[in-house]
Amino acid sequence: MTTTNTTTEAVADAAHGAAEAGSGGMPQLDFSTFPNQIFWLVVSLLVIYFVLSRVALPRIAGTLAERKGTITNDLAAAEELKQKAVAAEKAYNDALVQARAEAGKIVAQARADIQADLNVATAKADAEIAAKAAESEKKIAEIRAGAMEAVSAVARDTAAELVSVLGGKADPAAVEAAVTAALKG
Amino acid sequence: MAGEAEAHGEGAGLAFHPLDQFKVTPLFGDGPIEWYTITNVTLWMALAVLAIILVFAVGSKGRAVVPTRIQSVGEMAYGFVYKMVEDVAGHDGAKFFPLIMTLFVFILFANMLGLLPGSFTPTSHIAVTAVLGFGFFIFVTVLGFAKNGVHFLGLFWMSDAPLILRPIIAVIEVISYFVRPVSHSIRLAGNIMAGHAVMKVFAAFAPLVLISTIGVVVTPVSILAITAIYALEVLVAFIQAYVFTILACVYLKDALHPGH
Repeated sequence: MTTTNTTTEAVADAAHGAAEAGSGGMPQLDFSTFPNQIFWLVVSLLVIYFVLSRVALPRIAGTLAERKGTITNDLAAAEELKQKAVAAEKAYNDALVQARAEAGKIVAQARADIQADLNVATAKADAEIAAKAAESEKKIAEIRAGAMEAVSAVARDTAAELVSVLGGKADPAAVEAAVTAALKG
Repeated sequence: MAGEAEAHGEGAGLAFHPLDQFKVTPLFGDGPIEWYTITNVTLWMALAVLAIILVFAVGSKGRAVVPTRIQSVGEMAYGFVYKMVEDVAGHDGAKFFPLIMTLFVFILFANMLGLLPGSFTPTSHIAVTAVLGFGFFIFVTVLGFAKNGVHFLGLFWMSDAPLILRPIIAVIEVISYFVRPVSHSIRLAGNIMAGHAVMKVFAAFAPLVLISTIGVVVTPVSILAITAIYALEVLVAFIQAYVFTILACVYLKDALHPGH
């Protein structure tokens, strides 16, 4: 009696355990919890939807648009600055070329000026030299003429002196003629 | 308790309760679960909502042109989902972007928070995913008829198929249309539940080293397996949120443009 009692008890126990295992086997299929889950799910989704659509998403969209605008503006500004830099470089190069041409012109001008001055100076010097040479020639001719005269005078005096020393009487006219003849000869 | 342990077939001391983590229990007290009872479902959904508010509402508060880290995360998620909606559902689908975004962030955050040890995962419950799946199904169906009227039925009528085949294709199309919410919701719940249950089964093997010498081999293997599956589950948590969202976009596209 007791044995059968315990067996039935054990069987009932096992059955109970199995039933428990069955009911607790898949919590997903425990329909008694469904209303609870669905209610809290709907509440959660509504809260998320309102927070996102009213607050978060417009704010993020605004931030993204603002950032895009900032980046576009910055890129445009950078492009503009780049253009400016290119223009400045071009202006610099132009100025450089112009300055170089100017410098070349000035150098040529200076060279021409110097050449002209030099020519004038050379011509002046040439003229001076020519004048001086002419003057010298004239002086030389004068000196030469003076020398010839001095020679004839010395010769006449010497001849007259010689004649008087030899005891003659010098006839100036005869001496003159003789000296002239000797000098010519 | 003893009976339960025997029912689970392990007398040696290992406790296999892979499904206990899915149990819905009241947070306070031990009473029956009414629709308004505050349960672990409430707690973990509330945590997901809080995390979402933190990332998307609080994180975007600064409106910084150079974003902070958390702001960057919110903006990346925004861009990711917005691009998805626009690419799949078209330009006029962008109107429903907040709705799609709600689905995506709720599933993503519920999945991710569910991976915390000891947590509860709302998305592992068919009750939750079915409300999401069927709710969206009803929404797009109503939207389709409201936008296109009778032309919405053109979705089922393949005008470029041979005339004889069209009724047959229409029947198949109608059946596949009504299967959509079922697969949509079961895919999510099934993936999440399976992953969590497998992790729990491996976890149950981990204390074997305390009981038997074979545990010297089994315990490290099970710990390694948990680690690997955990990494996989992180991936699955994101991918399932992504898959659910992109399918929602596809259904939305069908409602907006049923012609093709």
